Amino acid sequence: MEEPFVKTQIRKDENIVYKRTSLLVDRPLSYCPGCGHGVVHRMLMETLEEMGIQDKTIGVSPVGCSVLAYDFMNIDMIGAAHGRAPALATAIKRLWPDKFVFTYQGDGDLAAIGTAETIHACNRGENFTIIFINNGIYGMTGGQMAPTTLPGMRSSTSPYGRNVLTMGHPLKITELIANLPGVNYVTRQAVHTPNHVRKTKKAIRKALEQQKENKGIAFIEVVSNCNSGWKMTPVQSNKWMEENMFPFYPLGDIKVDGKLVQSSEVAK
Amino acid sequence: MGELRLMKGNEAVAEAAIRAGCDGYFGYPITPQSEVMEYLMAEKPHERTGMVVLQAESETASINMLYGAAGTGKMVMTSSSSPGISLMQEGISYMAGAELPAVIVNVVRGGPGLGTIQPSQADYFQAVKGGGHGDYKMIVLAPASVQEMCDHVKLAFELAFKYRTPAMILSDGAIGQMMEKVVLFDPIPRRTEAELISQNPWAATGKPKTREHIIITSLDLDPAGQERVNLKLQAKYRKIQENEVLYETLGVDDAEYLFVAFGLSARICQKSMDLARAKGIKVGLFRPITLFPFPEKQMNAIGKKVKGMLVVEMNAGQMIEDVKLSVGCSIKIEHFGRFGGIIPTPDEVVKALETQIIGG
Ligand SMILES: Cc1ncc(C[n+]2csc(CCOP(=O)(O)OP(=O)(O)O)c2C)c(N)n1
Ligand code: SF4
Ligand SMILES: [Mg+2]
Repeated sequence: MEEPFVKTQIRKDENIVYKRTSLLVDRPLSYCPGCGHGVVHRMLMETLEEMGIQDKTIGVSPVGCSVLAYDFMNIDMIGAAHGRAPALATAIKRLWPDKFVFTYQGDGDLAAIGTAETIHACNRGENFTIIFINNGIYGMTGGQMAPTTLPGMRSSTSPYGRNVLTMGHPLKITELIANLPGVNYVTRQAVHTPNHVRKTKKAIRKALEQQKENKGIAFIEVVSNCNSGWKMTPVQSNKWMEENMFPFYPLGDIKVDGKLVQSSEVAK
Repeated sequence: MGELRLMKGNEAVAEAAIRAGCDGYFGYPITPQSEVMEYLMAEKPHERTGMVVLQAESETASINMLYGAAGTGKMVMTSSSSPGISLMQEGISYMAGAELPAVIVNVVRGGPGLGTIQPSQADYFQAVKGGGHGDYKMIVLAPASVQEMCDHVKLAFELAFKYRTPAMILSDGAIGQMMEKVVLFDPIPRRTEAELISQNPWAATGKPKTREHIIITSLDLDPAGQERVNLKLQAKYRKIQENEVLYETLGVDDAEYLFVAFGLSARICQKSMDLARAKGIKVGLFRPITLFPFPEKQMNAIGKKVKGMLVVEMNAGQMIEDVKLSVGCSIKIEHFGRFGGIIPTPDEVVKALETQIIGG
């Protein structure tokens, strides 16, 4: 009989400083503890709620660890085939120009199998938002090499480290995309500290706001950890990410209001 | 009465899409069907009805554009020819699994591989038996004239939405390219947003507070759940089989022999029938119009009345398998085909009937 007492005593309106947005379904996430995916989900859903546009939003989920994003996001969603989300979003936005449309995609999804759909949707300047989770690995299928895997980085299909001579160089697709005229806003963020989380949320807001003005693609890369795939603890993975991922994938705005704001050579 | 025009089959498909109230067309150029998108782009359907036309970067993209738009309840269409349709198979399987309506036009050319740009019927298996992965079927319509190229677009949309499943128009390079008279049906206005939402409550159109969120997916990781999905699909296909069979017969009342053919081959067989009958051979024609659902019962019934059947196809023998499954082994059933873009002549079809069925 103690439970109800505790609840009523503690869960009073004046004690609540933070709560789960109603746009996140109340169920356990399928992500590994420590993974960045869940944080990005929350930021995206909080932003939709704050903007009051949940009833006007159609989301497109990928194939990857976030394949079940539609189970967690309490909005109408369509699950794309691996890599094809930008094609779905193109048609949805063209036929529903007054809706807010986003894709949520991993690095394998967006920068390997879906490269053509990504580049061409961006180049056409479609008016939707792309949220791109770059964890440098194929999380879902068990930690294989991704197009974004760093040189020398180990994965289950590069067990001795990525040899760029035989396995190719990591693809900085975000810089490539920033150079396309149809793209209005490109930024690279992270979600491993409260400060970074706040910045990511701001970027999401900016990206969604610009859909009202039909300015073209807004593209947000979130450099994220995959503690399971990287075979590290969450804390180690965040440290490793800062030391290895950020130098290669530097954080910050790359293109704002259609103008490049930082050196964005593809190979740096 | 609708408007009378002289048109190519491909143009008739495009004009019919506008008139059927189609919301969007997404495609990629390939011979022999590029006139579909060319006609649409020239016609500016955006001004006529508000219809969107977009040239995609590949057939993979076009079919996934269809998937996304169909998931929101929109009426969408693509067209392509054989190699492009092969690229679309993943997307078609997803749409069948997620139960989404869309119309896909295949103006078939000869294969395999890059093959030829000339007409063929070699994609029968791919269209009728699934094509992509998993246990699914598409509704498949086989037009034999420019008139049917037009009418089947409307019919395909009706059936696709009635059963929430992709529907294919399986045509060929000759029907796509040839010009004939066509009576165009009167335009149907595109659905308003309110009509779309009330007619398609399953569609992802943005979640109001008054309902649960809608998820469009073909994924169910729980085996019991995925089996339920499959059982539901199979029940739907049985219903389609029971209710939607279309076929045409010609001269079957006194027939001793039968040509069985779809699409262009059936047009050739009509001429062969005349030639054979002038020689005193009593031959009729059975033309399946829906290839799925295949007219199984009707074929079975007619199989009890004739001595033999010649299945004429522009392929190495594909529909003949369904004819044999429907009729059984009690009579002689043989295949006659030309491939690689060669259209059989009426004379060689008669000769095949004489040597393979009557004399054989
Ligand atoms: C056509 C196709 N090929 C391969 C797969 C298998 N597959 C599923 S997810 C995935 C990689 C996902 O990696 P990423 O996009 O980086 O997402 P993450 O899991 O890392 O978030 C692959 C290869 C598939 N589902 N479909
Ligand atoms: S495998 Fe990696 S990306 Fe997937 S949920 Fe686990 S930590 Fe996250
Ligand atoms: Mg990844």
